[in-house]
Amino acid sequence: MASERETDDVTGVETTGHEWDGIRELDNPLPRWWLWIWYGTIAFAIGYWVLMPAWPGLHGYTKGLLHRSDRAEVASELKALDVQRGSGAAMIRKASLTQIEQDPKLQAYAQQVGQSVFGDNCATCHGIGGTGSKGYPNLRDDVWLWGGTLDDIQHTITVGIRSGHPGARQSQMPAFGRDELLPPATISDLTEYVVKLSGRPADAAAVARAAPVYAAQCVACHNADGRGNQALGAPNLTDSDWLYGADRDAIKGQIHAGNGGVMPTWGGRLSPETIKALSVYVHANAGGQ
Amino acid sequence: MPTLIDNTRPRPDAPPGSETRAAVSAAARAKGKGDARGGLYKPREPIYPKRVEGRWRTIKWILLVATLAVYYITPWIRWSRPGGLPQQAVLVDFAGRRFYFFDIQLWPQEVYIFTGLLVLSALALFLVTALFGRLWCGYACPQTVWTDLYILVERLFEGDRNARMRLDAQPLSFDKAWRKTGKHLTWLGIAFGTGGAWIFYFHDAPTLIRTFWIGQGAMTAYVSCALLTATTYVFAGWMREQVCTYMCPWPRIQGAMLDEHSLQVAYLRDRGEPRGAHKKGQSWEGRGDCIDCHQCVVVCPMGIDIRDGSQLECINCGLCVDACDDILGRLGRPTGLIAYDTDSAVAARACGQKAVYKLVRPRTIYYALALCLVSGLTVWGLISRPQADVHIIRDRNPIFVRMHDGAVRDGYTLKIANRTFADRRFEVAFADLPGARLSQPGQPHNSSVEVLVPADQVVAVRVFVTAPPDPDRPASLPGRFVVRSGDIRTEARTVFLSGALNPQ
Repeated sequence: MASERETDDVTGVETTGHEWDGIRELDNPLPRWWLWIWYGTIAFAIGYWVLMPAWPGLHGYTKGLLHRSDRAEVASELKALDVQRGSGAAMIRKASLTQIEQDPKLQAYAQQVGQSVFGDNCATCHGIGGTGSKGYPNLRDDVWLWGGTLDDIQHTITVGIRSGHPGARQSQMPAFGRDELLPPATISDLTEYVVKLSGRPADAAAVARAAPVYAAQCVACHNADGRGNQALGAPNLTDSDWLYGADRDAIKGQIHAGNGGVMPTWGGRLSPETIKALSVYVHANAGGQ
Repeated sequence: MPTLIDNTRPRPDAPPGSETRAAVSAAARAKGKGDARGGLYKPREPIYPKRVEGRWRTIKWILLVATLAVYYITPWIRWSRPGGLPQQAVLVDFAGRRFYFFDIQLWPQEVYIFTGLLVLSALALFLVTALFGRLWCGYACPQTVWTDLYILVERLFEGDRNARMRLDAQPLSFDKAWRKTGKHLTWLGIAFGTGGAWIFYFHDAPTLIRTFWIGQGAMTAYVSCALLTATTYVFAGWMREQVCTYMCPWPRIQGAMLDEHSLQVAYLRDRGEPRGAHKKGQSWEGRGDCIDCHQCVVVCPMGIDIRDGSQLECINCGLCVDACDDILGRLGRPTGLIAYDTDSAVAARACGQKAVYKLVRPRTIYYALALCLVSGLTVWGLISRPQADVHIIRDRNPIFVRMHDGAVRDGYTLKIANRTFADRRFEVAFADLPGARLSQPGQPHNSSVEVLVPADQVVAVRVFVTAPPDPDRPASLPGRFVVRSGDIRTEARTVFLSGALNPQ
């Protein structure tokens, strides 16, 4: 690449001195209208500095004559959103839970509200997908400790479980082992009995030994057939769903310690409309009842 | 090889004393002002195109009327469509996210059709340029059409070339003032009409023409109208050839399409040279047909001298052909000294050989093949569009749910698009999974679910698929959602995850 400026023979125009494989670049002047547009952009920039927030300072920034602020705009848009949401909340307030679930428009609204409220408040324990974990019930399947109808769910959310709320859902399984109500050998026998209830192979002798103990200690809540009692939050022992684990050690541990989880009361924290939407969200996405 | 004749510099074969000949075209004069002595920025050299009549000018007038008519009339064509759909034949409905073109209606996700059209336009431009030069630039480009219209207006108010030059040289007077004012007001009127017509492509035209005037139109309509008014007025009134020379990329690209066999407006130097003034009755022996009358230069809207050879600025409009033919006719010489011709033909004749015209060349074959291929793909894409389609988003959390009896349920979101003009009830079934039952949130299970999709809409629904307990089911099963309504059927593949790898 040469760097000498010379005049091009054909056009009579000076070159920039750049040359690539024999091709030289002409240094044609820019058109004047281009220059004026460039001046225009400079003038625009100055106007922009004066009118709009532009220059940072040590303590804040230049506000501009228009006092435009993205923060203020977001705040006013959020306010408008609240007004818009008000109409949805009114619809939810008037409709019954069943109506909300069966009406496509109301259900879509409840699903939206429910999803965001669930993510903010419930997902910590129940998981963002609602599938729970050990000690925290799965809300997507068809197994319910305290009942899975719309009204049951709404009540559970409102008062909580062992939450200290006066109307809370309340029950306590005795800690048969820790409180020394039953000797360890009997607890082992009972474990075999519970395994048998759930349809799995178990030690027949142990099951026979445990039968009278089950009848004396467990039937009141879990029923003679082991199907539990939703009024007391007593789990069904015959299905394949186990809150604290399905194997023998987990079952034995539960008979030993009588664990019972706590769910807070949401009645004072969430509005009745939000709880309604949340109930529909949980019910509609669950496996039935 | 394209030949470049530069009349801004003395010719090697020029007779003595002609070295000082002044540049005759505006472009050449501007070049002269642009040298190191002329300053860093170049003023626009005003061009006063002279009125001309002839074959190419007539074709240009016809095309001007035709293209403007298409532009202004198209949005006013009504077209009957069922339901509440727009009744405008050509409508880009941004709010409704649809593009209507007579019986064709495109959705945003079918924008690839536009890609096809754009590629097609580019290829057509390549092919036409390789064969016939810049026909687009000279006849159909909006910049050319509107500039032509503006020059017509200018001529109505200020007269032809010489009158306009005199007027510009005059001091300000009442006569000059009203002519200039009238011209600019008419230009602004045309510009406003241009911007005003544009917005009708995006809104219902009969509605917008009422709401526009009472200040109830969409803000985009006013902004677009103002923007196009400004650009039309500035581009066609003030900038004209500057747009083609400096702003448009096409003149720079065209060099890659043109070769020595491309037809373009050419000065047949083999016939014209040596040029010079001719007195009546003088013999034509031993001299060229060009009498150096500069008519080709003064009619040129780009301000160039076509006798300098093919140039970047030339838009191949053929007005110099008409001007030259007119003069040659008066002289009694055969026409066609400036004509649509190829560089190779001119060069061949200059050497006394027979001119050969080659329309079929590798370049034109490739362009034509690419054109056929892309046209075929675009048309195929257009006619094979399904009347309905379904897209599936599988739930990721939870990926499956196990029920108390061991049954497994997976959740899916289906987006069903109904591209027909009638409301349709679609039956959704899950194939390839025996005993599968479907349900929507809060609804009882069934072997299939029904979804009502309004005409021309997409509806998103959540569907649960529950499979009965089966200990031998593999962890991942391929499955299909089949969506049916009457004879319309579409399906999409997905998987059913049974959780077999996640024992309890």
